[in-house]
Parts: sequence; structure tokens; C-alpha cells
Amino acid sequence: MPAHWLEAYVVLAGIVLLMLEAFLPRKEKFLIGCLGIGALIFGLVLLFWAEAPENNKEMTRFYAWDSQAKFFKGFALLAGIMTLTLCLDYRKILAKFTANPDSDDSTGEYYCLILFAVAGMMWMASAKDLVSLFVSLELTTITLYILVAYMRRNVGSLEAGVKFLILGAISTGFLVYGISWIYGATGTTSLAAIGETMSEENSTYLLFGLALILISLAFKVGAVPMHLWIPDVYQGAPTPTTAFLSVASKASGFAVALRVLQPFFENSITAEKTTFIVAVLAGATILVGNLAAIPQTNFKRLLAYSSIANAGFILLGIAAWNSKSDLSAFQVTGFYLSVYFLMTFAAFFILGAIHRDSGSDEIAAFEGLGTRNPALAFLTTIVIGALAGLPLTAGFFGKLFAFQAAVGASLWIPISLGFVGVAAGFFYYFKIIRAMYWRKSLKTSPVKVRLLSFYVIAVLTGLIILLGFFPQPILWLLGA
Amino acid sequence: MSVIFVLIPLLAAIAIFSGVKARITALIASGLILFLGLGSVFCWQADVWSMSFEVLTTPSIHLAMGFYDGISVIMLLLSVIVLYAAILHGGAPEGSERLWYGSSLLIGAGAIGAFLSTDLFFFYAFHELALIPTFLMIGILGKGERKEAAWKITIYLAFGSIVLLAGLLWLVNASGSESWLFKDLLASEIDPSAQKGIAALLIVGFGTLVSLFPFHSWAAPAYASAPTPVAMLHAGVLKKFGLYGLIRFYPMVSEGMQDWLGLLIILLLGNILWVGFVTINQKRMDTLLGNSSVMHMGYIFLAFAALIEAGSASANTIAIPAAVVLMFAHGISIAMLFCLSDSIQKRTNTLELTELGGLAKAAPKLAFLFGLAGMASIGLPGLANFSGEVLVFLSGFESYKGGPLGCVQVATILALWGVVISAVYMLRAFRGTFQGPAVKNSTGVADLTFMEKMPAMILAAALLIVGLYPNSLLSLLEGCGCQVSSDATEQSDN
Repeated sequence: MPAHWLEAYVVLAGIVLLMLEAFLPRKEKFLIGCLGIGALIFGLVLLFWAEAPENNKEMTRFYAWDSQAKFFKGFALLAGIMTLTLCLDYRKILAKFTANPDSDDSTGEYYCLILFAVAGMMWMASAKDLVSLFVSLELTTITLYILVAYMRRNVGSLEAGVKFLILGAISTGFLVYGISWIYGATGTTSLAAIGETMSEENSTYLLFGLALILISLAFKVGAVPMHLWIPDVYQGAPTPTTAFLSVASKASGFAVALRVLQPFFENSITAEKTTFIVAVLAGATILVGNLAAIPQTNFKRLLAYSSIANAGFILLGIAAWNSKSDLSAFQVTGFYLSVYFLMTFAAFFILGAIHRDSGSDEIAAFEGLGTRNPALAFLTTIVIGALAGLPLTAGFFGKLFAFQAAVGASLWIPISLGFVGVAAGFFYYFKIIRAMYWRKSLKTSPVKVRLLSFYVIAVLTGLIILLGFFPQPILWLLGA
Repeated sequence: MSVIFVLIPLLAAIAIFSGVKARITALIASGLILFLGLGSVFCWQADVWSMSFEVLTTPSIHLAMGFYDGISVIMLLLSVIVLYAAILHGGAPEGSERLWYGSSLLIGAGAIGAFLSTDLFFFYAFHELALIPTFLMIGILGKGERKEAAWKITIYLAFGSIVLLAGLLWLVNASGSESWLFKDLLASEIDPSAQKGIAALLIVGFGTLVSLFPFHSWAAPAYASAPTPVAMLHAGVLKKFGLYGLIRFYPMVSEGMQDWLGLLIILLLGNILWVGFVTINQKRMDTLLGNSSVMHMGYIFLAFAALIEAGSASANTIAIPAAVVLMFAHGISIAMLFCLSDSIQKRTNTLELTELGGLAKAAPKLAFLFGLAGMASIGLPGLANFSGEVLVFLSGFESYKGGPLGCVQVATILALWGVVISAVYMLRAFRGTFQGPAVKNSTGVADLTFMEKMPAMILAAALLIVGLYPNSLLSLLEGCGCQVSSDATEQSDN
């Protein structure tokens, strides 16, 4: 099966489910979610059967099929599955802010939209031409606009939607402008051809175009200076959307960034300047993300700043593209994102459980969890430890590889900022542990966790520990 | 094979957390590794102990454990003895037995894992594993100002670990070693220009973990409010991780350390003299013991400074044995003191020195054992600390060839006054607590029961054996730290 059928399959599945949704009774809309999960799992199976689209010349020009494309496609599919699972336990709140709280009415489309977004992200993973890159990126972003503002009777969700729309439109403007500069300088939109036509004369225009594209991608991955939307949008959006934004959308942003930056890093004319640009972005992002997280009292906002901080660490690994380290920039990024996937989804599932109990996203809602649900508190401790980057959890290896690559490339200033960031991370992540164990809660009733959520949290936590001892499996997936 | 020293307490902790009876499981597990540890002293060189499993190919990281040399054996001995004593001492409050014993076992497992790892990654990682339950136990089950103390130790030690991690990553990178195994790392050379920076990071990183002046202020409040087993395990065992690491990686950065010798000497004198005077002024038994443990770290750093001055372990053959014997002796004696001070508190409900007095009349056994531990910590001949301290002072003059005194010799002479300082505070504490007229708090209290006596007796036995026959440890340490360079010369000597 040619690989590009995969995206077509996911889009088709989304359309079929959308039509099916119209005929399902009001109380049974969650079936769409279950079917969506099934469709994505089937897509994951198909991914292993797919092969390069060789006999299609036009397709091979636009469509990359390498270990990087495979990895990010699988990543998007898995993230879609996790988001739909999270959504199944969250649908009551969705229904409350959309239509009739007693039914599943008008939650059905939500599942389908996630499928479309996943298809867009899979395309982004393979985009190797600036045109296909732009189209796939827009498919994802437009779907996300709807997903963010989905709870239309909730002011926070609407506010988040408006902010995301306006800033997203601006970043699209930057992207198109950057693409046109690069096209003007080289006469081509194919990234491989851009690398070949690079010369001393046109490098200035190219770097200017790259800077504009990077601004737009910084918006996508949540890096400084385009990070301001993150906390507000994350806080306002429905929790499954937030999880999807912070994992899948960020990952596909990095997938695109790796493709765009490749010719610039691998050409000796621009390598040094590109390293400088990305290193500055990385250092600033780490610093802003970690320091701004310190005063947060809302767990969702804390996760938002932590996602900025993590984007900074990944950028640090990318800035070390030409490092002498054993792992390539793609492997460092892919490893970090896989670990980030596990930790962030676990954190959002925990947040979902807490939210269902207390109706609040504040860190104060975690108070007394150590006695109110010891098992959940224990799992939360591990997840938080991994987010902080403690050794023997997978989180440590993610940061370790990023730092190691950066040491190999001698990026001393961002590295020292990175260590400041990690130290600050200990402080704000441990606030949650402190709240769970050291603070007494007014409520003493046990916190109930839905069985599905609990199993997902337990499995994710188990993987975090397992990969903390034995990280090799992820590197196998990354083709090392 | 040596991985069982970690696996047994780890599995026991998991079993306890999932509902098995806490105290008896913990006792069996720690007793088992105590026996295995004592047994392994006689056969530690056997090949069966070492194991290696590659968990990651790029960079090459192994789950490798074994007895790297005699230092590892002694640190293992210290860990298993103190762990068993800490478990035996018990004292879990009603309803939190699981957390109490499970965390103690986890701390023990982490410490043992760090001392037995022969791979840099797991060496670092196991230490962190031990720190988390330490923080949690102080925060959840501590005494007095537990929240502030727990917060402080968390921030300080997290800072220390991060700095240390930076230093270790730099070390691995600069060495160009193929893997993270100790043997590959120690066989590689580091460019002298990089050594200076690495050495500074290692001193600050490891130093914070060992409460080197001026990064020491977390220690006394943390030990004062920690639950007794945690205080015993951290002050006795886990804190030695930093010194162990410095000694282990010293050969890689021996030239870089040279640049920091003067600064290190000032800092260690800060530990011995400054903190010594602070200790004299303490009004409570627990903060007094906490400060005294910080102070005694200065002596071990002094031996390390003598090692730096000499330039290599073969140039000053007693520096490493001195440091290691004192680490062992201090670990045992401070654990014994914390254990007994908890027994005092249980009887009198206070540790304020002004509210104590005359306890010896009602509890002579407690007084005797406390006196023994106190004397050991001052350095009374016949007890383990004496062997260690004498060796430290000797090592300070080992490379002195006449002529004007070097900075290490001056520091040694000043450090000798530390013995007087520790005699002052320890004897005053002993007198204030046990002698004089009995006060209200200490009349009619019961003496130590058999179960309370046991942990102290085990620790006292270790102090006496090493004190009377220091060769029991020293014979394990022959040629430690200089195998790489001096294997050939040693063989020709024989």
C-alpha cells in the first residue's frame, strides 16, 4: 500500500464518522469516539504495511517517506487515540457547555474533528515541499481553531478560541511571507532544491525567509517570542484539546521545523547563523518557560508553561544539529517528544480525574490527595518526577540527550540557562507533590477515578519507569 | 549478582506498598542483605558479583553493578549495617507503617545502588532515587518545623544534583570515553584545560550533597526534623555519596583539582571551625547532632585535600584509607547518636538541653550507649572514629618533607582544634543530659528495652571492631584509587 493512502484513509474515516454521527441517537454519541479510536488503531496497523509511493512522480516530489516521517505519523496517530480516550471521560463537561447536559448531543463532531487534525499532522510529517507543508499545516490549524472554541457556552473557551484564531492568522501570515522570500531567492519551493541552490549571494534572503518561517513555527511549538497565547489558550480550551495541542500539535510543529531547518544546517554557508538563531530561541524559551511557571497556581497554566519550557529543551537539541554527539537532531527531538507524550498525557488524565472530583484546575485541588487517593497520588508523584527530569524516569533521558547534544556542539550559554531551567523546574513541579502530601484538604472524601482513566494513567506511568531504566526501545523506533 | 543488594530492599518496598506486613518484611529484607553484605567482604573479588547489561547503545549506558574496589565494599557494609539498625529501631507512628518502612528501604536501596554501580549513569540515578523518599518522609512524617526543613533540603540538594549533573556530563564528554562505565572513564584522559571547570562543578555539586561549607545550612534543620530512620540513613549513609563520588572521579581531574586546593581548604576549615563553634552554641540535642555531622565532614575533606596536594593516590597512600575509614566510622556513630537521641525524646518528650538532666540515674544503659557513641564521635582511642581521625591527620603530613609548612599542613594543625571543639560540645551535651540532679522530665523513666538496645548495640559493635582492629577495613583498601596507573609497580614490589 502506498504511504500517502494513509492520510486519505484517516480523512475518509473522519468523513464517514461525521455522516454516521447524524444518524446516531442523542445518548449514543460516544460510539463515534470509540469508532474513531478503532479507526486510528487500524491506521497505526496500516502504517507498518505502508511503503514508499514510488511509481507516483508528483507524489514523491511532495511526499517524504523516511524514518522521520514514519515516526511522526505514528506519533500523531497515537496522540489522536489518547486524545479520544481522554475525551470519552470528558464528554459530560463538553456536553454541559455545548447543548443539553443530560445527553451526548453535539459532542459527536468533536471526535471527527480530531481525526481531521490527525490527518493534517500526518501530512506535515511527510511534507518536504514548502507548498505541501503550508497546506497540511493549515488543515491542522483550522481544525484546531474549532477544537479550542468547542465549548461555545463557556467564556474561557470562547476567549481562547478568539486569541488562538487571531494569533494563528498572524503566524500564518509570517509563514507565507517567509515562503515567498525563499521562493524569490531560489525559484523553488522544494526543500532539497533550496539546499542545492544556496550560495553566498542569496544566503541573506534565505536566512531572512527562514527567520520569518521560524517565527510561525515558534507559534506552532510554543517557543519564545510567540509563546504568549499558550497559557490562555491552554487554560480556556477543553482539556482534551489542550492535551492534543500540547503534544500532537507541538510534535508536528517540530516535525516541520526539522524538515525546514535541514538544508540550512547542512550547508556550511548558513550552518553557523542558523545554529545561532535556534540557540537564541532555545535559551530564551527555556528561561521564559521555566521562570514564568514558578508563580503559577493553576495546574493547567503550569502545564502550559512547562510545555513552553519543554519546547525550549527540544530546541536546544535541534540547535545542536551539527554536534559531535552519537544521536542525530531528529533522534534527540523524537526521543524527547515520545517521553513528553507519556508525561503530558498522564498529567492531563490526572488533571481530568481531579477536575471531575473538584471542578477545579487549581493546584489547591490536589491538596490532601495523599490520603484521599494514595494510589493516584503515588502515580502523580512519578509523573511529576518525570516532568522535573528525575533519573530512573524516562524524563531524565529526554533532557540528558538534549544536554549531551548541546555539550557536543559547545552551546554553553543555552546549556547553563537549561540547568537554571531544570533547577527552577524542581521548584514548581514539586509544589504539586507538596500540595498532595504536606497540605491538609478541607474535603476528606476519597477521590474517585474512572476505571478507564486510571488504567491509562497506570500504563503511562509504568512506561515512564520502564523507559527510565531501559530507553533503548524508543531509539529502535527512531531507527537508531 | 550484586544487583540483589538493590533488588531485595526494592522488592520488599514494593511488597510493603502493596499491602504486605510492613515491619516484618522490612526486617527480613534488611537482615538478609546485612548477612549477604557481611559475607561478601570475604569474597568480594569474585567475578560472580559483577554484572553488566547494556540498556542504551548511543550513548553507551550499562546497568552495571559490582564491587569496583575496596571502597565500594566498605560503603556497602556501612549501608547494610545502618539500614538494618534503622529498620530495627522502627518507631513508625500508628497508621503510616507502610510509608515509614517502605521509604526507609527505598532510601537504603538507592544508597546501595549508588555505591555499587560501576556505571556513571546509574551511580547518579540511584542517589536521586534515594533522595525522593527522603524529602517526602521529612515533609510528611517529620517533627517540628518539618515543612520548612523539607523544602530547604529539597531545594539545596536539587541544586547540588543539577550542578553535579552538569559536571558529570562535561566529564563524560571531555573524556571521549566509549561508554559510561567507570573502567572506561577512568582509563581515559581529560584535557587539562577542561579539568579546571569540571573540578569546580564536581566540588560544588558533590560538596552540596555532603554539606560542604557554605552549602551546609540545609543539614541541621533537616536532620532535626527528619524521622529517626531517615536521619540515620541520610546522615550516616547517603551523605557519604558525595565524598565517595569525589574520591572515585578524582583521578580523572587530578590536575584540575589542584587549582581549587586553596579554596577547598578554606571551605573545609569553615566546616570544622565555623560550624564547630555553631555547634557549641546549640540549645537542642537534635540540631547539635545535625551540626556536628556537618562539622565532621570537614575532616574527610581534609584527607581529600591531602590527596589533591599529593597529586595521586600512590603519592599519598594513606589519604584515601583515611577518608574511607572516617566515612565509615562517622556514618556508624552519627546513626547511633540519632537513634539514641530518639530514645531520649521518647522518654522525656523534649530535646532542649536546658530541660534535660540526670537521666543516667533512671536509664544507665541509655547513658552508657550514648556516652560510647559520643566518645566515638569525639575520637576516643579504641573506637572507629579514632582510627579515621588519626589517619586523616597523618595523611595531612604524609607529603611534608621538612621546610616551611604547606597549606594542607597548616589546615591540619588548625583542624586538630576541631577535636577540642567537638569534645566541648559533646561532653557538655552528655553532662547536661545524663548527669547532675535529675529534673522533672527525667525522673522515673524506663531504661532501654531489649528491642531498643539492639540497634545501638549492633552499631556499637561495628565501632569497637573497627576501632580495635582497623586493619579489618584497611586491608580492603590496599592500592585503592591507583589501580590504573600503579598495577605494574605494585606487582614489581611484590
